[in-house]
Amino acid sequence: MHIPDGFINIPTATTSAALAATGLGFSVRAAREKLDEKAAPLVGLVAVFIFAGQMINFPVAAGTSGHLLGGALAAVLVGPHAASLALTVVLAIQALLFADGGLTALGLNVLNMSVVGVWGGYGAFVLMRKIFRYTRTSVLIGSAVGAFISVPLAATFFSIQYAIGGQGTFAASTVFAAMFTTHLLIGIGEAIITTLTVGAILKTRPDLVFGMLKVRK
Amino acid sequence: MKNKRFYLIGTAIALVIAGFLSFYASSSPDGLEKVAIDLGFIDTAKESAVADSTLADYGVSGIQNERLSVGIAGVIGVIATGLVMYLFIRLIGKKKN
Repeated sequence: MHIPDGFINIPTATTSAALAATGLGFSVRAAREKLDEKAAPLVGLVAVFIFAGQMINFPVAAGTSGHLLGGALAAVLVGPHAASLALTVVLAIQALLFADGGLTALGLNVLNMSVVGVWGGYGAFVLMRKIFRYTRTSVLIGSAVGAFISVPLAATFFSIQYAIGGQGTFAASTVFAAMFTTHLLIGIGEAIITTLTVGAILKTRPDLVFGMLKVRK
Repeated sequence: MKNKRFYLIGTAIALVIAGFLSFYASSSPDGLEKVAIDLGFIDTAKESAVADSTLADYGVSGIQNERLSVGIAGVIGVIATGLVMYLFIRLIGKKKN
């Protein structure tokens, strides 16, 4: 999912970076208000865990792999604002140290994964938690659905960026169809990893989980 | 579970995943790469400006042993991510009351 340099032209990458920066600015202000000393270490752990998790590519179909994006996972654990920041740190480290994702493409990747992936996944989580009446199970269902949705959603945003500034000559609809279907499969993996991880933390330290705040004890 | 224990175990799990399990990751192209290959726009990719850096593509240049190379790169990544995240939070965080 990490876009390399060259796939998308510079104007589109710059515009995406500006949009991403706006979203992150909003998150920085909100996180500043909400991050207390108790919550801060979990944000660090979430970033570290997502970096590690993204190294594990799992096979999804013949000759294709996927890896955790972690947007929904982070949003459930530390809230969407801090999640956006954590994902951005991960993407920046990957691009700068490991040449994973382009440097000029960093804004595209941050928009798709740190902003759209996080907020889309979180939105679905909040909806599911409400539908399933704020129980512990609703948090797990929300984690699964949020994680699942976040992946094809980020892929859809890539397709939009491709439609606007793609350097290839292929029809945007073809790219969208291929990206969407492939990432539906990867979304299943995302949902499994996210639900297992949230479940493990709910068993050990449910008090730390942001998504549990409104859940009946 | 006490705070200290929780964070120690969490960090240890991340280190094991990045430092050890990463070696067993699938080497097939990921979803985006696969689509780009199949549709034929993979050639529009340009090398990152840091493509020749020491840690590019999750390996330490100069270390021949594949397992060691990716493992060390993973551990460095975990430490770097934790450090940058910590500094970032400190930077934006409220001043202590």
